[in-house]
Amino acid sequence: MSTYNGISEARAAYLRKIKQRKTYVAVTQFTILIGLVVLWEVLARLKVIDAFIMSQPSRIVDTFVSMISNNLLMHIGVTALETIIGFLLGTIIGTLVAVILWWSDFISRVMEPFLVVLNSLPKIALGPVIIVWVGAGSQAIIVVALAISMVVTILEMLNGFINTDSEIIKMATTFGASRSQIFTKIVFPSNICTLFNSLKVNIGLSLVGVIAGEFLVSKAGLGYLIVYGGQVFQMDLVMCSVIILAVVAYLMYQGVAMLERYANRLMNL
Amino acid sequence: MLRVEHLSKIYQAHNGEVEALSDISFEVQEGEYIGVVGPSGSGKSTLLSIIAGLLQPSGGELYINETKLSGITEDIGYMLQSDSLLEWRTILKNVLFGLEIRKTLTPENAEYAEHLLNNYGLYEFKDKYPSQLSGGMRQRVALIRTLAIRPKLLLLDEAFSALDYQTRLALTDDVYQILKRENMTTIMVTHDIPESISMSDRIIVLSNRPATIKRTLKIEFPEEVKTPLQRRNNPKFGQYFNEIWRDLDVHL
Ligand SMILES: Nc1ncnc2c1ncn2[C@@H]1O[C@H](COP(=O)(O)OP(=O)(O)OP(=O)(O)O)[C@@H](O)[C@H]1O
Ligand SMILES: [Mg+2]
Repeated sequence: MSTYNGISEARAAYLRKIKQRKTYVAVTQFTILIGLVVLWEVLARLKVIDAFIMSQPSRIVDTFVSMISNNLLMHIGVTALETIIGFLLGTIIGTLVAVILWWSDFISRVMEPFLVVLNSLPKIALGPVIIVWVGAGSQAIIVVALAISMVVTILEMLNGFINTDSEIIKMATTFGASRSQIFTKIVFPSNICTLFNSLKVNIGLSLVGVIAGEFLVSKAGLGYLIVYGGQVFQMDLVMCSVIILAVVAYLMYQGVAMLERYANRLMNL
Repeated sequence: MLRVEHLSKIYQAHNGEVEALSDISFEVQEGEYIGVVGPSGSGKSTLLSIIAGLLQPSGGELYINETKLSGITEDIGYMLQSDSLLEWRTILKNVLFGLEIRKTLTPENAEYAEHLLNNYGLYEFKDKYPSQLSGGMRQRVALIRTLAIRPKLLLLDEAFSALDYQTRLALTDDVYQILKRENMTTIMVTHDIPESISMSDRIIVLSNRPATIKRTLKIEFPEEVKTPLQRRNNPKFGQYFNEIWRDLDVHL
């Protein structure tokens, strides 16, 4: 190992220890997961729990296999697409609104109480209204997802913009920087981190919106499968869909995290 | 080159008015190094901010080479206490920041900025990022960023006080030489009396708030005393210190 050349004994031991610890954590996590699945399967086979109500890992796998030939990918695609569109639109529109509010102290003060109310209002409650307005279909689901992620983004981003280091802004002002220069050269770059935090939060929020929306109107998507499975009392289908949903959410989160690492490297943060 | 006439400033705040400056008048000659000392909260930063055009005075006028000043002008460079380097820009791009903001990033100006980096021992760091530099180096980068816009008048507000003592001593020596070499007209605000004696040609002592000019003191050292460090070792240094200390009339 040539890279270890020139590293002192103590340093090497220290690095080894860190690596070891990481491995322990990963192994423990994996063991817990496997343990729970095995326990679930065993309890179901011993009839300690009722597999009809609680489902059972082996039956979930069977369901999964049979669903693959039965449009599963389409359902995943629909949910993923709705979520991505919802959270991208929510983040973009939310950020734009935050820019306007940062720009004008007057508008920001006028909007404050409205935003507070909108933020605490459960946006799902608007579901029926949205369906009536934009029609029952994917568009309604996307709007619900957007509504949920947008308001949080506005508040988060505005807060980040306002808390930009005032000394740096003052420095730029001494050079005669205009408001738009201050925004593009200082405030926005300082808040890349805030933006990615919003994106991460918004994935979760947008998924909530999409699943809730699919509960209400859809004919496709993981939310639809979950509701359908519940209605026909097929817990295997419900559980299988929920697990797939968790995997989809995790992958999306990792996607954003990857993008964030890339952006940070680009900006040397 | 700079003339300040009957300057006054009253801040309007929620809980009333704060009179920060009252009838301040002085002149600064080309190439001169002016130190401004005064008790904390007396209005030193206010004075510099008004000269820099960041604040409107409540009364009085400012002239730079006989032209009346209002607002931010090209002729003035203002350096603050924190270096305010942008962490996501390389050193070179940080140095070019002022030119970029003023839309004067011509090839000659960029070359001048690189020349400054080169002269002051930072050229090899030009593609590094601020986080890779020490505090003293960062402060020098901030100074070069200000000098790159070729100001006629440089304002320093406690520009070195965020640094530790040793770095600060070394840096003031450095900066002094940079500024003398560029024949820069400078006004430096500090509450560090020794620092102002070691660098200034003239020291303006301000009173408690509202600040008035209590006294102006010409600082003269023998010909062979050239650098701030040498000044600190000269017997006259202590005399000046005592004089200013008496004027400041510090009570606890
Ligand atoms: N925006 C403002 N509104 C109201 N009062 C202010 C404002 N800015 C400064 N002041 C007050 O004006 C006075 C002078 O402030 P200034 O910052 O100029 O003092 P200073 O001499 O630079 O102090 P220090 O030595 O602490 O840096 C202080 O009493 C301060 O509280
Ligand atoms: Mg001050």
